[in-house]
Amino acid sequence: MFDSLGDRLQGIVKRLKGKGRLTEADVDEVMSEIRTALLEADVNIGVVRDVVARIREQAVGATVSEALDPSQQIIKIVNAELVAMLGGETLKITYASQPPTVVLMAGLQGSGKTTSAAKLARWFKSQGRQPILIGADLQRPAAVEQLRTLGNQISVPVFSEPGDPVATARRGLEEAKRLGKDVVIVDTAGRLAIDEEMMRQVADISTTVKPNYTFLVVDAMTGQDAVSVADAFHQRLSIDGVILSKLDGDARGGAALSVKTVIGRPIAFAATGEKIDAFEQFHPDRMAGRILGMGDMLTLIEQAEKVFEQDKAEEAAQRMLEGQFTLEDFLEQLQQLKKMGPLSGIMGMLPGMPKEMKNAQIGDDQVKVTEAIIRSMTLEERRDPSIINGSRRSRIAKGSGTEVADINRLVKQFTEMQKMMKKMGGLAKPQGRGGKGKPGKINKRQAMQQLGDMFGGQGGIPGLPGADGSPGLPPFFK
Amino acid sequence: MFESSTTNIVLLIVILVLLSGGIVFLRNRRTKSAAAGSAGAAATTESAMGATGSAWAGPDSETLEPAKSDELGAGPTAEPDEVTVKERAGRTRSLFASAFQSIRGRGSIDAGTWEELEETLLRADIGIGLTTRLLDPLRAAAKAGTIRTPDDAINALREAMTAQLTTTDRSLHLDADKKPNVWLFVGVNGVGKTTTIGKIGTAQTALGTTVLMAAGDTFRAAAAEQLLVWAERCGAAYVRGAEGGDPASVIFDGIQSASAKGIDLVLGDTAGRLQNKSNLMEELKKVRRVADKAEGTVNEVLLVIDATTGQNGLSQAREFAAATDVTGVVLTKLDGSAKGGIVFAIETDLGIPVKLVGLGEGAHDLVVFDPAEYVSALFE
Repeated sequence: MFDSLGDRLQGIVKRLKGKGRLTEADVDEVMSEIRTALLEADVNIGVVRDVVARIREQAVGATVSEALDPSQQIIKIVNAELVAMLGGETLKITYASQPPTVVLMAGLQGSGKTTSAAKLARWFKSQGRQPILIGADLQRPAAVEQLRTLGNQISVPVFSEPGDPVATARRGLEEAKRLGKDVVIVDTAGRLAIDEEMMRQVADISTTVKPNYTFLVVDAMTGQDAVSVADAFHQRLSIDGVILSKLDGDARGGAALSVKTVIGRPIAFAATGEKIDAFEQFHPDRMAGRILGMGDMLTLIEQAEKVFEQDKAEEAAQRMLEGQFTLEDFLEQLQQLKKMGPLSGIMGMLPGMPKEMKNAQIGDDQVKVTEAIIRSMTLEERRDPSIINGSRRSRIAKGSGTEVADINRLVKQFTEMQKMMKKMGGLAKPQGRGGKGKPGKINKRQAMQQLGDMFGGQGGIPGLPGADGSPGLPPFFK
Repeated sequence: MFESSTTNIVLLIVILVLLSGGIVFLRNRRTKSAAAGSAGAAATTESAMGATGSAWAGPDSETLEPAKSDELGAGPTAEPDEVTVKERAGRTRSLFASAFQSIRGRGSIDAGTWEELEETLLRADIGIGLTTRLLDPLRAAAKAGTIRTPDDAINALREAMTAQLTTTDRSLHLDADKKPNVWLFVGVNGVGKTTTIGKIGTAQTALGTTVLMAAGDTFRAAAAEQLLVWAERCGAAYVRGAEGGDPASVIFDGIQSASAKGIDLVLGDTAGRLQNKSNLMEELKKVRRVADKAEGTVNEVLLVIDATTGQNGLSQAREFAAATDVTGVVLTKLDGSAKGGIVFAIETDLGIPVKLVGLGEGAHDLVVFDPAEYVSALFE
């Protein structure tokens, strides 16, 4: 895992704190860290240069506010800049006055065109349209079968015939008109941008079907080459929008920024999972945070909502704040948490986790050990670990295949956590939010800070500064 | 903005992570020495594997023997006999070459020289970390006066890059005594696993090896059909399971069937999976475990990586290696404009050798990776 921009800036920022104004040299140092963070996220070097220049303009001479942590000030500037660059005009689909509306899919081999075509068809369907898919990828073995299978799953008809892709596209369009379909999605074979013959073919398909929208499918894991690929396809086909695929991986996805900058067309959709409904309109703000490695709180929440049983989790959280959270609850919730993927991945999504925590190898194997220890306890012990005496300890150690020291450590940490939770629960009172805070609601910011202190000693969870410039509040905690 | 219930749940997650993480954090320090011990053991196994004989094209040959009759795909036809990285990667305007021209044009070494060199490496996806490691010694040498001209700098860089790729054994292990040999193919979605199997199958059958293809990708629609097309083209035996079925059992059946028929080589396809999906990585571990139990020898697990991949390639290699003991990398799609520089980091940082390179759509466009040639293709 690469360091997030926040981690990178921490060292520099310590020295900046006492200063009233950033000098040229300070700014140089900061810019170099920003550059590295963007490069590690696979933003194209040319684009990086551009971003850094823009940010430098804003940063030179900027006053270091007493109230704001300078690192957060910088991150705020960078984040805002990236959001602006990624966002701007959004793609609004306007349907052809004379149906069908034709959509052409293009991209490199393996970028995810066929899957995206089906996902897009499903999306159109959910918008109340009647799409048809045309399989014009006659190159890859069984590509049309793949499209047919996917079409079946979403009950969208698929047209294809062997032979010539251009003729298939033309015939498909006629078929769509005959069937009265109002959206036609043409899937094409993957091709290298430098393959002149294949590029001419897709251009021919384009002139034949006259698409209203041409989408370029870009793999979120693409490196520096994203720029030349996007540029080549854009010159040939005039791209209207980008579909970012495989965004459910752990790539930072700097390619999104590169492509957007180079062709100046919006990123319209993002594919966020293998399931056919894992397809959504693009959120520039989330992407910006992700490129900077600042965590992706919204994605985390969405995932959490999928796996956690809402009621139970809420109950557990409540008990936790009241200091009633037991090892039994912990074990139960840990099972839910495990469904969300490897712990290190979840960790990466939490904004501003202390660096030490992120770098600590959190292996899921080791979580198993924790589980084994708890499972080796009796229910009574799980509910009240204070009864665990010497002989119980050695029994648990034997039962879980660990050492007594491991049991001690777990119990100690758990007890500490419990104490702290209780304290946090005690903070539950309206915190000057115009009286909106309900009793029983805790001051989460303070709570997070304490958590950070406890583990990382880095002084809390910085997160992204809010739009109003309030320090260190992840957007989520507003 | 959000319901307070959601807030609570996230808080819960944070605490769960911290609690489990905190425990682990402390544990780590204690278990480090134990881990070092087991790493030593792993190294021994590795060298034992290196000793197994190779039936792959010898070190003197750069290419897989092309299948005589079989022109694959609707791809470009009439390929030359020898396909080299230089030729294919050279179809794109050489990014290094034009940068070097400008560097040489400066006449002497200055700050701009280093900037341009750095940018050139970054554009090839070599990554900022390795780029800095490559250039820092050169900068020092320039200061010390051992590097005087731009040409010196370029040559020194070339040497340094070649020195990054030092693995000597890049052969694919095929042992006549341990039939059937099993080669598994793993990787993220869309990198070209199935196509790679098709190409290797074609090359191997042309060499007289009997091959069975096992369609372990039971997830992606029509993946098994795609593999079947390849099996039919090259006359390989073929085993598939039900769509959505257990991939481990398909691979197991494939190996058992190959063993019964006395087939030399099983090529096991697996579904593409993103390395951060823990359940899918668990599934892959199971495939590997079960394959080991069948009556064959798993002697290659090949990680297929797309040359356009950026820095995420390192994460892919790390996670797949952890799950399945990857023995080598197949770098595909190097015939595009991407340079595949991430393999430097993969080989240097993780010690996983690049074994094959995909240079086109034809079956004989998959060649044995030659580091010297790859580096020279970048430089000239």
